[in-house]
Amino acid sequence: MYRTADGEEIFIIDGHTHLWDGSKENLKNIHGQQFIDCFYGYHSALSPKEYVWPKEKFDKYGAETMYNDLFVEGYDDMAIFQPTYLKDFYVNGFNTTEQNAVLKEKYPDRFILNGAWDPRDGEVGLEALRELASKYQLKGVKLYTAEWHGSSKGYKLSDDWAQRYLEESQKLGIKNIHVHKGPTILPLNRDAFDVADIDEAATNFPELNFIVEHCGLPRLDDFCWIAVQEPNVYGGLAVALPFIHSRPDYFNQIISELLFWLGPDRLLYGSDYAIWSPKWMIEKFMAHELPDNIKKDKGVDLNLDAKRKILGLNAARLYDIDVPAQAAKLSGSAPVKEGEQTMAQVAEVLGDD
Amino acid sequence: MPISTDARVAEVWDRLASVTDPELDESVTELRFVTAVEVDADSRVHIGFRLPTYWCSPNFAFLMADDMRAAAGSLPWVRQVLIDLRDHMYSDTINQGLAQGHSFKATFAEEAAEEDLDDLRRTFRIKAYQRRQEAVIRHLMERGWTPAAILALDCPHLATLAIDDPETDRQRTRYLEIRAEYGGPTDAAFTSAEGEAINPETFADYLTLLRRVRINTEFNGSLCRGLLQARYGDDEPASAPDGEPTLADFIAGRVDARNERRNHSCRK
Repeated sequence: MYRTADGEEIFIIDGHTHLWDGSKENLKNIHGQQFIDCFYGYHSALSPKEYVWPKEKFDKYGAETMYNDLFVEGYDDMAIFQPTYLKDFYVNGFNTTEQNAVLKEKYPDRFILNGAWDPRDGEVGLEALRELASKYQLKGVKLYTAEWHGSSKGYKLSDDWAQRYLEESQKLGIKNIHVHKGPTILPLNRDAFDVADIDEAATNFPELNFIVEHCGLPRLDDFCWIAVQEPNVYGGLAVALPFIHSRPDYFNQIISELLFWLGPDRLLYGSDYAIWSPKWMIEKFMAHELPDNIKKDKGVDLNLDAKRKILGLNAARLYDIDVPAQAAKLSGSAPVKEGEQTMAQVAEVLGDD
Repeated sequence: MPISTDARVAEVWDRLASVTDPELDESVTELRFVTAVEVDADSRVHIGFRLPTYWCSPNFAFLMADDMRAAAGSLPWVRQVLIDLRDHMYSDTINQGLAQGHSFKATFAEEAAEEDLDDLRRTFRIKAYQRRQEAVIRHLMERGWTPAAILALDCPHLATLAIDDPETDRQRTRYLEIRAEYGGPTDAAFTSAEGEAINPETFADYLTLLRRVRINTEFNGSLCRGLLQARYGDDEPASAPDGEPTLADFIAGRVDARNERRNHSCRK
């Protein structure tokens, strides 16, 4: 919960978090090493200096650190786990639904657990999806359309098998389809940033919500074009938000485009933890104001109402969270009051595992 | 009279400066992607090449390497160009494919590459055209030019216009270079990349399009520079060019040519 100077409470759902293991012990090959190194590049390139971690901590930070950074230090009230399996690179996978479930079980009111599917897994994958959905009552999945799979270097949501998986998702009550359209996963003969396939999928499945992670950056123009036409397309702000620190003028341009084309009801905050930490981003976002000339030129504003929606209310709507009820539940079960906890108390609450 | 190895190395650096990262529309030398240039006794050129991540798209990596090979290979004394791309998932594949003179498609046949690079190259040349154009138009608007006055400019006048901002001046030169490739045969300074005229009624919409292209490019540029810095720190390339004419430029008679770039019409 973030409290403004006027005492207003802002309920925050972090739309994009990970608990990964990029440690040496878990590496399968050089690709795994380079993958975590690349993440660390993002982390150190865009974080404020005082928030840059040592590499070893970044490789594997563990559940306690995550809980503390999100909910104790970081103002998040809830967080959505977006899995990244990468079983070809890591012995136990990089960040799987099963690994995330451990923390979800410990803090059921804090976490929303998302699954994943890959249409190239065919019938076997559909069966696995049914099991995963019933085991964890999934409401969302994270997809990587540019991920490698055998000889395939990616797929499109408009492919026949992808359409079958979307049908199945709808049947299973998985209504939030987060699609990674942005940097880091290697594109080869498929364009990893190409958002055109979202258009067809969003038209064919009007009851599903398509959250385009990283807003298709660096193809923001294509993304905005599609989002204007498809009311069930949303923009996830992970990777866009950290620019608020290093290049605030540039952040203004991105956010004002998004506010102009999609409006404040279709944008979702996400930290992409542990690439970036919620604490500094939320503090900066809450303090941030658009310059007058942008407000005037584009007719948009990033006022408290818009911030409230982006930081929590939009995700609450997609994931059926009753915000007042959830806030009451969390305040009753919160380990300690904000600003009063000590590390020893936190450790005690979290246990020693 | 044979020219010295140092002069030859400088000549190669100079040629490489004209090779751009297609997504960022900046020079591979300015971006610090070129780490070293060596010329051996057999007049073969060895170019060290690095990228911000192990995962950077192989198609772009190949395209840049291929352009470097062509740029260095255009020097009359060069017998062979060998590119050494390091720390990339496809370092070996790309280096070997280039050494054997293969296309991207042939190099990545096992990876089932479907595309050839010509379309990709063209797509990003058009984005570069738009970005350079936007930088010039934006500057003129900031200086109080009306849309009608901007749209009335022709290439010769744009080429000789007094511009007080060094970055805009640089982008003006670069824009006129690319304007010779795209934008149609008319003499109007500002047309769409496809050669359509822009009129005062459609000007605002056209600028909106250009602005989005810039936002995308800046995203890439900012991220790539940050990632390269995070990956390699402040390691400077072995002999970074300083932008001043070198001995090689004087020998090759290029110094005058540099100063005559302003003498432009829209078509070469």
